[in-house]
Amino acid sequence: MCRGLMGSTALYFMNEKRNGLKEKIVNSQIWRSMFRHGYENTGRRYTLQVLQNVWLHLHPPRVPRHGINFRFTWCMGGITFLMFLVTAVTGVLLMFYYRPTAEYAFRDVQYLEFDIPFGMLLRNMHRWAAHGMVIAVMLHMFRVFLTGSYKKPREFNWGVGVILLVVTLFLSFTGYLLPWDQLAFWAVTVGTNMARATPVLGHEGPFHPQDITQENDVRFALLGGTIVGPSTLLRFYILHCVAVPLLASVLMALHFWRVRKDGGISGPL
Amino acid sequence: MEHLIILITKPDNVPILAIIFLLPYFMWLSFSQGRNNDLAGTPAEASLKDKVYVWPYLCRNEFICAIIILLILAVWSITIDAPLEEPSDPTKTPNPSKAPWYFLALQEMLVYFDPWIAGVVLPGLIIVGLIAIPYVDINPKGKGYYTLKERPFAIATFCFGFIILWITLMVVGTFLRGPGWNFFAPWKYWDPHKVVPLTNVNLSYKFGIRDVLTANVFGFVVVAGYFALGPIFYLWKVRTSEFLQELGLVRYIVVSFLFLTMLSLPIKMILRWVWNIKYIWVSPWFNI
Repeated sequence: MCRGLMGSTALYFMNEKRNGLKEKIVNSQIWRSMFRHGYENTGRRYTLQVLQNVWLHLHPPRVPRHGINFRFTWCMGGITFLMFLVTAVTGVLLMFYYRPTAEYAFRDVQYLEFDIPFGMLLRNMHRWAAHGMVIAVMLHMFRVFLTGSYKKPREFNWGVGVILLVVTLFLSFTGYLLPWDQLAFWAVTVGTNMARATPVLGHEGPFHPQDITQENDVRFALLGGTIVGPSTLLRFYILHCVAVPLLASVLMALHFWRVRKDGGISGPL
Repeated sequence: MEHLIILITKPDNVPILAIIFLLPYFMWLSFSQGRNNDLAGTPAEASLKDKVYVWPYLCRNEFICAIIILLILAVWSITIDAPLEEPSDPTKTPNPSKAPWYFLALQEMLVYFDPWIAGVVLPGLIIVGLIAIPYVDINPKGKGYYTLKERPFAIATFCFGFIILWITLMVVGTFLRGPGWNFFAPWKYWDPHKVVPLTNVNLSYKFGIRDVLTANVFGFVVVAGYFALGPIFYLWKVRTSEFLQELGLVRYIVVSFLFLTMLSLPIKMILRWVWNIKYIWVSPWFNI
């Protein structure tokens, strides 16, 4: 229709002009310094697109056809990573409004919910993405087990994945305390009470030496006190925002790298 | 009924509801593919031998998947608010006090085992056991495709642990456990004054043993005998079973120990429900 309105000659000259400009831009030094390859529809370009991109180079240039099939992979590993990214971005934004002290923590969350534009949405996204990550990581493990993908040569990477599952749960658990409301306080109290009963290292555990009391056992190390209190809040905040995400990132890098090195996505040989 | 609606619409219970629907779907998705592969003889994945370019084919799928998931997350975040209760108060204990939903299977185990087992040893063994799986599963079949027939023991064991012991107990902990961690039908009001008779006794008591020392020895014999079932089966079968010879003693001991430990939970649950058994083995240092 456009062609009919403008007339083919006019369109020809416009295209010519646009192509000339486009050529100028994509051949400029600035453009070429950022993008090394063109955009032609060839296998070579598809390969370069992946190889020369720092984000995409986690992938091999080509994968077996079943590797892109939703029925095979369920996309669960990718969804887990996506949820991690969402919690990282929303988490950084939340950190601008939150102070991890017993005086301010609850008030800051309230302030976030009622006074910050989109504060409630921000908090919701962070919390539901975290829950989504736990669901996705469980289903990812279920899929990997059912396709026998942990078998040789991927044994080690399965182990890394198990540790990542634990890290995910711990990330979610440390974050649970931060709103500092009744729900958070008592869920974490119940959760950390288990540590009392650690054999040898807990003051109520079997075989603990007499020197282990509630003031120096493993639960004290976790809480920074004998009950959940202000120092627990600070400890969980630092674990949640710095220590565990760092650990998770390192392990994820290892996990993704090993997927490549162990032969890419598993398949029948 | 009102109570059930309150439970279901609790914002933090949404993930559990999601799992109740997602897990059967993915079970169907994987088991039906496994069955089809078994019936066909060769897995469907093997017929797709050719490779495709990651860009654009895989990246496009990832992109679409990311958009759909972010859309779901956005709708979820707009419609349901994260919970915020009253400020924390160490002097006001809510009843029931529940751990986050993903730890409720562990909290549920506390009913049947003391905290040092349910809260420390068993979670530790779950982690160790999961990591050990690739090293004890010597079956080379079923790598990279769905199947049921080629690895029945592995799949049955994992599904029992994951679906029954982990997910189902999580659902029970969320919907059926009320004040005092007492059992309530989902439509029943959570009465904090529910009277539950304490009729639990130890296994040795059921057998008429009243003496502490004898009870201790009796408990030890029962627990040791239970875990000895594995080695006994090995000695009985090893000469005739090529599979056991190939598996080797070390792998076998790891598998049988982890397997019997996992089964100890449903066994203790049944002992508790049917015969009100509290402990199998009462010793001066710990109770099992």
